[in-house]
Formats: sequence, structure tokens, C-alpha cells
Amino acid sequence: MSSMILKTEGLAKEFFLHEQGKTIPSCTNVDLEAHEGELTAVTGQTGVGKSTVLKCIYRSYLPSMGRILYYPAHGGRIDLAVASDNLVLELRRREIAFVTQFLHCLPRRSTIDVVAEPLVARGIPRTDAREQAAVTLAALDVPERLWSIPPATFSGGEKQRVNLARGIVQRPRLLLLDEPTASLDNETTERVVQLIGSIKAEGVAMIAIFHQPDLVRRLADRVIRLFPPAPAAMTMGETWP
Amino acid sequence: MTMQTEMTDEAVVASGAAGTPVPETGQKILAVRDLTKIFGPGCGECLASTGPLADTNVCPRCGSIIALAEVGFNLYAGEILGIIGESGSGKSTVVKTLYFDLSPTGGEAVFHHSDMSFNLFTLNAAQRRWLRNHRMGMVYQNPHLGLNFSVSAGGNIAERLLVCELYHYGKIRTLVRELLSRTEVPPGRMDERPGGFSGGMQQRVQIAKALATRPPLLFLDEITTGLDLSVQARILDLILEIQREFMTAMIVVTHDLGVIRLLAERTIVMKHGRIIEAGLTDQIIEDPQHPYTQRLVASAL
Repeated sequence: MSSMILKTEGLAKEFFLHEQGKTIPSCTNVDLEAHEGELTAVTGQTGVGKSTVLKCIYRSYLPSMGRILYYPAHGGRIDLAVASDNLVLELRRREIAFVTQFLHCLPRRSTIDVVAEPLVARGIPRTDAREQAAVTLAALDVPERLWSIPPATFSGGEKQRVNLARGIVQRPRLLLLDEPTASLDNETTERVVQLIGSIKAEGVAMIAIFHQPDLVRRLADRVIRLFPPAPAAMTMGETWP
Repeated sequence: MTMQTEMTDEAVVASGAAGTPVPETGQKILAVRDLTKIFGPGCGECLASTGPLADTNVCPRCGSIIALAEVGFNLYAGEILGIIGESGSGKSTVVKTLYFDLSPTGGEAVFHHSDMSFNLFTLNAAQRRWLRNHRMGMVYQNPHLGLNFSVSAGGNIAERLLVCELYHYGKIRTLVRELLSRTEVPPGRMDERPGGFSGGMQQRVQIAKALATRPPLLFLDEITTGLDLSVQARILDLILEIQREFMTAMIVVTHDLGVIRLLAERTIVMKHGRIIEAGLTDQIIEDPQHPYTQRLVASAL
């Protein structure tokens, strides 16, 4: 059996908006597992907090409840919900990568450098990092003439592939994917599916959100379905029937 | 005392020019505890009667201004820490006390570098000057604070090398030329005074000057404020390259969330002289906890 990389227990997130004095529940009681060389798909209708789960794992959101147990490469166990900022940063550099729906990068930097960046941050020489970036960009069908241009002016689909390339090039132990194929055509989606399949075979654990049910069926080894948070009545103190 | 011996060591400059040993990540380089700065007479109620809850940094009893109240944080080797807050929040005062531009009213800051520890606020004037010249760098929002406008751009940088006891004219010019081209200032203009340079170029001369001794610790105080966007992008790019190349730890003070997002991995949010929130930068921006931070993020363009 493949080894477990991450497990959430009773994960919940709610937002408190001070200005309105309101609590907005997002996800509740999420239990999921991610295993080496497997893909865990998070499904559910819009607004059930699928992205929230990924952001809590990456610690872009501070979880409100529950534990996020991560089993690092060197052994032991880390609860990402309460780990120190510096430990989380170290894991982000070495082991956990996140492909979000939006590309945030320095203006003026060429696409190939944007993709190579996480490798350079790990101390890999720039020329080697660029080589690996080129391989990944080619695998994702990003035309070579675009590599030397900053991605700021790219189309949605091109930006998305650059973002994906930046996550995949790292070969992290755990890769979080938030709708990685949302704005891609069928042919390019097929490329992404192949690439995800091949990094799975390399042992990368993934937790992913997909738009298309078809992709879940093809790629997921585990599926977690989220349901909308309980109606407001429940938070008023009434008990669930 | 080991510090004394190193202070007179001429090798410092040589190694500064050739590249100081790269510190390891995860090593604490600066530990700040209870840093407090009060402008005015101060009284027993200053700290208790000011702050985010009282919504003021002026003591109602004695009228003193509480610029910093018990501020504490750690900085690790090679990391960029952002400090964000509105004007008057005390964010610049943090770096000014650490760079000895202002003396604090209370608190402690310990700077660790190559097996030595310096308790910053207990050092004498000579020791402070030595640290400032050899181990720290500062880039001010206002280039007039960081540069001497009556000498040439190259002269400004040379001055910093001279205090580090590099006296060879030819070597100085070579090093200055390298530093200027590194920061994208045409080296051909090294003999001109900075007054004739554009604002962005003045900032890059300041950065070159701050980097002259390859300090492990750099303070950047609103350095892109007031510059146009294309120049801003080049300077941010340059700063990240410098961080990668020299593993320089930096404290970046700004009111611009965009600058923080691109530069800093961790961020501190300040208001009325207090740290009201600290965390990973993406968490501060996407899931701010404090009412003030929520308002700040919600009002960003």
C-alpha cells in the first residue's frame, strides 16, 4: 500500500468579517487523505468550500478547527493547522506546491524564469532550472516563442499552463491543484491529463479540484464529496434533526 | 572580545567584495523583543491608554506619541519580512531604531552573524558605526537621506567602501562600476552627482551603496513609493535577485500590499505602534484576521 502523505481530521473553516459582524461558514468537518502516487479529488457544488480545503492545507487560510497532519519526507508528523510560519515556508519550498487558479508573478520576468523560479529558490543552478522548466513547458504545449516573454499578456489558457508548469516542475511530494484545466480546450486538457498521470506514476501525491466530472473519473484514486454548510438555523443553536 | 578583533580586521572588506559566506536558511539573524519608542516625556499610562483599541497613539495623559509599543519579531537569514501599515503606524520607526537612526525608549534587539551576537542597543557609538557600515544597509524612501548630493554617485559608494578600509583607488573604481551595473545604473555616469538622475536611478544608486559591503541585513523603507510602475517593477525585480544571490535578509517597510505580495514571504501588520497581526503574506492578504487588516485588504486597488 502506498504511504500516506497527508490526512485532515475534522477540518473546518469559517470567516469572521468584522465590518459586518458576520460569520461566514465555508467548509465543515472535512476528512480526507492523500497518498503517495495517488490523486484525491475534492468534489461538490460551487461554494461548498473546495478551494478552502486546499488553501487551508497550504495555509493561505488559517483553519478554524481540525487537524491537517502532514507526514514529511524526513519522517515525523506536522499539524499544518498550527505549524510555525517558517516551518510552513520550508515545506512550501521543498515538499508542497499549489497550483492556484490565478498566476501571481513578478512583472517583467520571462515565462521560463517564472517556471524555473521555485527550483532556483531550492538552490538549483539557474541553467539547470531553466532546462527543466523548458521540458515542462513543452510537455504542456506552451509554444516556445512565448518562453522568453513575461506571461502578463498571455491568454487565460496560456497563463494557466504556465502556472501548472511551475507547480509540476518542482515534483513536490504533495501537489495541490485548483481547477487546473478550467480554461483549457479539449486537446490541451488531454495533455494535462497525461502529465498528471505521469507525475502520479513518479509518486507525487495530489489533491485536486476538477471542473469536469469526467476528469475525476479518469484521474482520481479517491473522491471526497463536500456538502454545503448546515443552514443558518443550526448556527443559531438549534440541533440538527 | 571577539568582536573587537574582527572590527579591525581588514579582511572584512576583501571578503565583502568577493562574497561573504552564504548563511544557511532557517538561521535566526535578528531577534527583536519589546521594542518601544516614545516621543515626549512619557508617563506610566502611555502604553495602557494607547493602541488599536484606544484608536490613538497619543497618550491622553501626557501627550507623548507612542511610535512603537513592545514590538517583537524574529528575522531569519535570507528571508524578506514585510512590515505594512498606514502612515504613523510605526513601521518606519522599527527599521530606524534597528539601523541606529533613532534610539529606542526600551526593548532589545539581538543581531546574530557568523557565530557572534550583538545586543544592538547596548553597543557604544563606535561599535554601532561599525555594524552600520559593515553588516547592515539601508535604503530610504527619500534618496536625500541615503545619498550625499554634493558628491558623485560613485563617490557615494566609494565613501562606504572607504569606511570599510578599502583605500586602493583602482580597486574602488572597479568595485563601484560593478555595483552600479549590477543595479542597472549606467557606470558611465558614476562621476555625475545624483541630483541629475531620475528618481528611480537615485534609488538604484542607494541600493548599490547599501550593497557595497554585501551586508547580511538590509532595511528598505518605502523604496518604491512615488516611482512610476515600470521603474517600480525593475527595482522589485532587482531586490529579489539580490536576495537570491547574496542570501541577504531584508525588512521591507511599505504601505503597498502589491509590493508585500511580490517580495515578502512573511508579513507583520502594524497600527498605532503595535503589531496587530503577523503571518504568511498570502494568509495576511487572503484570510486577514484583524478588523484593521480586513479593511486594509478590502480597500486595496
